[in-house]
Amino acid sequence: MSLLEIEGLDLDIHGEAILKGVSLAVQPGQIVGVIGESGSGKSMTAFSVMQLLPDGAMCRGRVTLGGHEMLSLPEPSLCRLRGNEVGMVFQEPMTALNPIQTIGAQVAETILIHEDVSRAEAMARAREALERCELPEAKFPLSRYPHELSGGQRQRVVIAMAIALRPKLLIADEPTTALDVTTQAQILRLLRRLVDEDGMGLMLITHDLAVVADMAHEIVIMRHGEVVEAGPTGRVFDEMRHPYTRALFEASGHQPEREESPRDVPLLQVRDVVRDYALPRTRLFAPQEHFRAVNGVSFEIAKGESLGLVGESGCGKSTLTRAILGLEEVQAGEILLDGEPVFTGHRPNRDVRRRMQVVFQDPFGSFNPRWKVGPLVAEPFHLLRDPPTGAARDAAIAEALESVGLAAEDRHKYIHEFSGGQRQRIAIARALIIKPELIILDEAVSALDVSIRAQILDLLADLSARFGLTYLFISHDLSVVRTITDRVMVMQAGEIVEEGPTALVFDAPQHDYTKTLIAAAPVLPERGAA
Amino acid sequence: MTETGFLGAALRSRSLVLGAVLTAVFVLAAVVSFLWVPHDVTAMDIPNRMKGPEGAHPLGTDHFGRDILSMIMVGARTSIAVAVVAVGIGMVLGVPLGLAAAARKGSLLDEVIMRGNDLVFAFPSLLIAIMITAVFGASALNAIIAIGIFNIPVFARLTRGAALSLWTRDYVMAARVAGKGATRISFEHILPNVTNLLIVQGTIQFSLGILAEAALSYVGLGAQPPLPSWGRMLADSQTMISIAPHMAIFPGLAILLTVLGLNLMGDGLRDLFDPKIRRVGR
Repeated sequence: MSLLEIEGLDLDIHGEAILKGVSLAVQPGQIVGVIGESGSGKSMTAFSVMQLLPDGAMCRGRVTLGGHEMLSLPEPSLCRLRGNEVGMVFQEPMTALNPIQTIGAQVAETILIHEDVSRAEAMARAREALERCELPEAKFPLSRYPHELSGGQRQRVVIAMAIALRPKLLIADEPTTALDVTTQAQILRLLRRLVDEDGMGLMLITHDLAVVADMAHEIVIMRHGEVVEAGPTGRVFDEMRHPYTRALFEASGHQPEREESPRDVPLLQVRDVVRDYALPRTRLFAPQEHFRAVNGVSFEIAKGESLGLVGESGCGKSTLTRAILGLEEVQAGEILLDGEPVFTGHRPNRDVRRRMQVVFQDPFGSFNPRWKVGPLVAEPFHLLRDPPTGAARDAAIAEALESVGLAAEDRHKYIHEFSGGQRQRIAIARALIIKPELIILDEAVSALDVSIRAQILDLLADLSARFGLTYLFISHDLSVVRTITDRVMVMQAGEIVEEGPTALVFDAPQHDYTKTLIAAAPVLPERGAA
Repeated sequence: MTETGFLGAALRSRSLVLGAVLTAVFVLAAVVSFLWVPHDVTAMDIPNRMKGPEGAHPLGTDHFGRDILSMIMVGARTSIAVAVVAVGIGMVLGVPLGLAAAARKGSLLDEVIMRGNDLVFAFPSLLIAIMITAVFGASALNAIIAIGIFNIPVFARLTRGAALSLWTRDYVMAARVAGKGATRISFEHILPNVTNLLIVQGTIQFSLGILAEAALSYVGLGAQPPLPSWGRMLADSQTMISIAPHMAIFPGLAILLTVLGLNLMGDGLRDLFDPKIRRVGR
């Protein structure tokens, strides 16, 4: 008998159909990958199993967990099952832990709720759970607080909470999406080990095909609240019966067509740049301490080139971006655009600034929600000495919107009327409107679903060819960098550790850190070879 | 958020509707008092003094035989005027101070503004009011200034706190990349996004202003006779409380209901502007 069996599950929230006839099963000791883009209903399927649904939700169908009919159980019985029979790991380790409780207390809490044990015994078992999640006592005593841990370590604590009672089923909802690649690889390895040791079932929810490809025994592909394809991983990748599966697979490894152009004139020159931040004083008269976020970085980007900058969080990528954009002054070194400094006499140089623009990661936070699209897109006009007005301004807005595949009329709408992918197009339109030469793409496609991401990458390649744009493409996602850049730089702890043509760096990495990064990145199997 | 959706949600919120109705009743009373009151509020009618509620005087008369309903209507005028101007002073001075402090976070300017605010906060508001009226004399105008000063740090702190989180948003970064300065960003991007909070706080400060005016008038430092004021009506009634309790009950109820109405409205507005609470719908 299956551990978890979902049969013909329908879910309505306030009358809107969210899930339509979803069926899937998880066997003990099996990893089932549930894959889908945002809005596909993959998380709602998990919440239906836990019966942790929002108000106004109506479930129909059957959800059986270890012999319990979840849909007909009263709330007190459900509480006994949650945490005990089924554990859950969420996406965001930063918010999944209570910042004012020690990690020991938080792991022990699960045990104390479900079992009649003494506090000391609960703590001992919390210790054991943390141990199993590879947080050794010597470095991670129970008295640690969440803020003393890194993102990956916090996610281990969250997993320890979920498995403390050795549940039969673990549901992990995008457990590695918020983490760096090397941390992601470690967490995935940990999850696989726990499944093998305990014979527990794992429902792994993700948007990333590559994550499940070499890990899941079975995969379930969801779209618009329906299961479009399901089966053993190897077979699904081999056959790809449903067109959506093929589309998803192709979008994940999408390679935009790019034209070669001569690249010998340097556009951006960064020389020996150092950026220090003052640390808060620990004592009143202690000497001022500094944190060096960027340490002697030098590189060049040629006109029309696309340069990738890869590194994990905290490596200094964002600091470097702000320095290049002239938002913050550097302590040493110089940054030149076409021979002119971005900062002159402690003031940003506006002549240089109007020749570069930026596109940010978060399509939801990048726009003032109270402005219409027209003024939002036209905002960089502020940089011009003589900005166009009236009809010329409207024409420029229309041109920018049309060049990213939107309609000129969209300028009368508010930003909340657009989807994530459309917003990212608007962000690109905003960058394009003053016809810059350099566009910095700061994780510009990281928050997008794979199919949307493929479209945006195509758009970027097309725009670069049409307007002769130069890109600095900053990302933690190696697969994306690989598809769109000519050259790539790898940054670690404020320094560039490796630089070279993209294909060369990826195929024959020289530096140890680059090797680790590339080895940690999950890869999709070749079509039909899995 | 569409207009109909917003209005629909507003009408579904019980506290908002009740608060708005209560507030509207008193605003209406104040407006009507300009055109018509049942009796002249300065007309004394000693033979009919301290009469309980009856036909000609629905809320009775006071110790000079003046009509209490008329006095409450004209008193609403005083209370609302004092509270509106006091909240206005707080917003007009406090909001720009808060925006400036947030824009230059951690700088000397930030320190000066916020420590100045702490200083004002550290004095009990009524004490400041008493100091001002003691120096400049008791009048409705001085009460307004005193209550207004106390409102400044409330709005400055609120604005700074909200603005600080907005300064980390990407759209502010985009505006900086577009070469906009701190002042421009503050007014174009920060202020429109803190307005919701300011409206909610404004409603609550409004009710506190009415209470403060009543308190000042009660101790004789607010509006001066013959201008009717709810606080002074209470003060006048206290020696007569056992023989004519209606003289204390009705102005007291007027204060209570207005403050309650404004607070309910503030709560309702806060829920309405918070999409997380609105979705749950109550």
